[in-house]
Amino acid sequence: MTDLINLTISEALDKLNKGEISSVDLTRAHIEEMAKGRVLNAYITETPELALEQAKQSDERRRAGRVGLLEGIPVANKDLYCTKGVRTTAASKILSNFVPPYESTVSQKLKDAGSVMLGKLNTDQFAMGGSTLTSYFGATKNPWNLDLVPGGSSGGSAAAVGAGLCMGATGSDTGGSIRQPASFCGVTGIKPTYGRCSRYGIVAFASSLDQAGPMARSVRDCALMLQAMAGYDEKDSTVANVPVPDYTQALSGDIRGKKIGIPKEYRPDGLNPDVAAVWDKGIQFLRDAGAEIVDISLPHTKYALPVYYIVACAEASSNLSRYDGVRYTTRVEGKNLDELYENSRTDGFGDEVVRRILLGTFVLSAGFYDAYYTRAQRVRRLIYNDFVEAFKQVDAILTPAAPTPALSAEALKQMKPVDVYLGDVFTTPASLAGIPGISLPVGLSSNGLPIGLQLLGRHFDESGIFQIADVLEKQANFDKLPRRVKGE
Amino acid sequence: MALNQQTIQNLSWLARLKLPAEREGKILNDLQSILDWVEQLKQVDIEGVEPLVSVTQGIAPMRQDVVTEGGQQADLMANAPESVQGFYVVPKVVE
Amino acid sequence: MYTIHGQTTDWELVIGLEVHCEILSNAKVFSGASAVFGGEQNTHVSFIDAGFPGMLPKVNEKCIEQCVKTGMGLNAQINKYSRFDRKNYFYADLPQGYQISQLYHPVVGEGFIEVTTSEGTRKIGVERLHLEQDAGKSIHDMSPTKTFIDLNRAGVGLMEIVSKPDMRSPEEAGEYLRQLRAIVRALGTCDGNMDEGSMRCDVNVSVRPVGDTALRTRAEVKNVNSVRFVMHAIEVEAKRQIEIYENGGQVKQETRLYDSDNGETRPMRGKENANDYRYFPDPDLLPVVLTDEYIENIRKNLPELPEAKKARYIGELGLPAYDAGVLTADMETANYFETAAKGHDAKKVANWVMGDLFAYLNKECLPISKSPITAVNLGALVGLIEDNTISGKIAKDVFQLMIETGKAPNTIVEEKGLKQTTDTGAIEKIVDEVMAANPTQVAEIKAGKDKLKGWLVGQIMKASQGKANPALANQILNKKLNG
Repeated sequence: MTDLINLTISEALDKLNKGEISSVDLTRAHIEEMAKGRVLNAYITETPELALEQAKQSDERRRAGRVGLLEGIPVANKDLYCTKGVRTTAASKILSNFVPPYESTVSQKLKDAGSVMLGKLNTDQFAMGGSTLTSYFGATKNPWNLDLVPGGSSGGSAAAVGAGLCMGATGSDTGGSIRQPASFCGVTGIKPTYGRCSRYGIVAFASSLDQAGPMARSVRDCALMLQAMAGYDEKDSTVANVPVPDYTQALSGDIRGKKIGIPKEYRPDGLNPDVAAVWDKGIQFLRDAGAEIVDISLPHTKYALPVYYIVACAEASSNLSRYDGVRYTTRVEGKNLDELYENSRTDGFGDEVVRRILLGTFVLSAGFYDAYYTRAQRVRRLIYNDFVEAFKQVDAILTPAAPTPALSAEALKQMKPVDVYLGDVFTTPASLAGIPGISLPVGLSSNGLPIGLQLLGRHFDESGIFQIADVLEKQANFDKLPRRVKGE
Repeated sequence: MALNQQTIQNLSWLARLKLPAEREGKILNDLQSILDWVEQLKQVDIEGVEPLVSVTQGIAPMRQDVVTEGGQQADLMANAPESVQGFYVVPKVVE
Repeated sequence: MYTIHGQTTDWELVIGLEVHCEILSNAKVFSGASAVFGGEQNTHVSFIDAGFPGMLPKVNEKCIEQCVKTGMGLNAQINKYSRFDRKNYFYADLPQGYQISQLYHPVVGEGFIEVTTSEGTRKIGVERLHLEQDAGKSIHDMSPTKTFIDLNRAGVGLMEIVSKPDMRSPEEAGEYLRQLRAIVRALGTCDGNMDEGSMRCDVNVSVRPVGDTALRTRAEVKNVNSVRFVMHAIEVEAKRQIEIYENGGQVKQETRLYDSDNGETRPMRGKENANDYRYFPDPDLLPVVLTDEYIENIRKNLPELPEAKKARYIGELGLPAYDAGVLTADMETANYFETAAKGHDAKKVANWVMGDLFAYLNKECLPISKSPITAVNLGALVGLIEDNTISGKIAKDVFQLMIETGKAPNTIVEEKGLKQTTDTGAIEKIVDEVMAANPTQVAEIKAGKDKLKGWLVGQIMKASQGKANPALANQILNKKLNG
């Protein structure tokens, strides 16, 4: 059955369609693999019985001729997606026993497309971090090397997809939380345009930035999954009421004449040479495929990180106020209500979450609002405008997804917060602008670790970047087989 | 902007967090270094630039004035740390 | 001008009101849960209202419409662009840890309300009207050590109407509040029930020596929940401040609570006064943008407002200003009156409504909506007097029977045989009998003692059991006396 876990989603769908395998076969293979891969700590909650039940139902639907877009495909959800009746923790202590009485729109859409849910995947606590080190349930390990982090916050998703513990997974991306772990684990992930997927039922980190997206082992698989996940939702005021195109139709294999921008600001002095080399290789691949390479400038790039941390933390400080020990969180008693709040929250949130709440509280507080929050929102517009200008010249922009390959957990623990934040330097600008970005593995570092590149596109032009990414993927011929380390 | 212990304690109060002294000291240092780092935004010329609140261009979609939910007391209480007869319960609040 | 006479000088009051009106709508402002008052605890609550993870607000179009209507009733600027902000604070009945409100771009801007007091009519400025969420309810008396929380009201749409500091007396503030209540009731945007808490008032009060123009520090007195309490709270708070100044002290800017039992205000406990609400634009909601067409459409369909109605009652119906004011004070009375007055003498109907009907309703503590006499029936009663079917005196008896039975006046008149007699022969017979029975009085009248004639008519009416047409009885009596 080992070969079943090495299939891409499109390959598996093909075999399911031909009747060569059943969803139960596929699901069982993944459940077995999950058990073997527990050393990775990719899952917070496994739901094997539920998965087998869903797989059985899927096989019945298939027999009855009702075949959804992802019929029978075992996937898993980042533990930020509320799943009805299945514990949803946001990798935090404060939500460690929360069982939602509702389902997030995106996970519901995946169900409706016929997929099977294997469980809930680890993440940084409330998606705050780039390593899963902030998870209350312990960090996830990188399947390429257990000493390394898988990236984050969707690190559980990236590791599980990379190690064959699911065929595809949901992630969420606020400042790079899909794209950076995809790069660290050698998988593909797309953060769609802000407003493409509903945020309903996804535990909020920063509402103006959070966006759901898929992670999988190929561009085509991501296109399939996003097809199922995207679209209007009357429950989310910020989701766009625009049609979702057929993404796989865009995978023509032909990008001749496409203009690809290379922003000079993404090549600072001292850029990691392995990353620079893979980027150059990617540029060459696209040129070879007939694209036109154009040097561009995104002048406000360097300000994206501080803007991001101000905006995201401000929103987070407010979004996380609801976790107060009263209605559904863990409670630590106090002699009055304020003490109950303080005790429950101080006990329930980890250090990184506390830091961000306090930073966000500060930038919104009287006397500092204009100097920090409003200023950041203004610079955010300049960053947005940079991309608008750039997309007048080019169809897509190619950059590295992360400044380094995966880092070691030990090294990260020694670093100061600001130095850790620098890991988001290439991903936050697109988040602030709300444009789509896909991260796909293009090469290996000198010591054999995957390095991903990021393709950015115009608002709602996921098709455009899927098309180019698909060609880049073929050119790069990256070994999609999961590099599992199972502690053997 | 130089933070001090008083600022941290005030922020903690606003956020209903109560940090033990050693945690507070570390977080003060962390926040200070983050604030020093974001100072670089002062270099940007923002004269006449409108703040960007949302990248979404649209206007608020509206719901119709129809009751679609309710009667979910049991679901609401299922996760509650303390409840009595369908009420949430907290320590006595004195006004 | 209203002043308070102090030890050192006379003091003037500067008063502003912040009035919270719960919007009348089926559903809450950002969720699909019921906004109807009542219901078992925590049953009118969606996961959005309870602030569950991942839940998102979506604006109820009705609440926007109600704000726009109210704005028009306040003669106010309707803002085509508005948006929502979060006001961040922790409280037991505030599940999200923030209230969605509108600080920076409210839906309604400046306006005014015309207020008439014993000192004349003045325009009191309205600063703004914004839309926000109501909080839930904390119940403190169900346990000695615990507070119970019911979120049924959490997330109900609330209009906060902020006046300018334009009021100068408790009376003026009371009238402003009454007028505002009449407006929202007329528009159907809020039921204005202060005792149920669907309309609540915070009062800002400061004082200054007469003649000063600079504003002094104000205190905010929270949750004063009747017109009478508002007027009283202003008075006691002003006196408190004057006493402080006259003793050489300074008034603190703070939030205080009105205690109606002890007739005083006292500072709120805890750290309420140290709050920093950290308002910022709510990233979960997009701006509300209204078109001219939308606004005009609402304006076209706006019901008549109390001021306009009053003017019409005076101008078209010829009512005295006092009557017009009373009858337009609330929508239900005005509707009742207009239904009753249809086709009848307006002043007569007004007299019945403000006289006998109000006396009965007040005695029974009934709202006019619960009147046992329908408006149509009251009109019919006046009609019976107008067409001489019954006399005014009999009408009082019929009115009483209408209250007791709820029957139509014609039915009662028919059943009880109360119809006036216009049969000259029958009346003549009674007149003859009465004259014969009272020869002394008849002689005195004939001798010129005219005053006794009224008495004699009374005897005739009595003998006819009130059914004789008084005019006819008079006429026949005169003929006989002169004959």
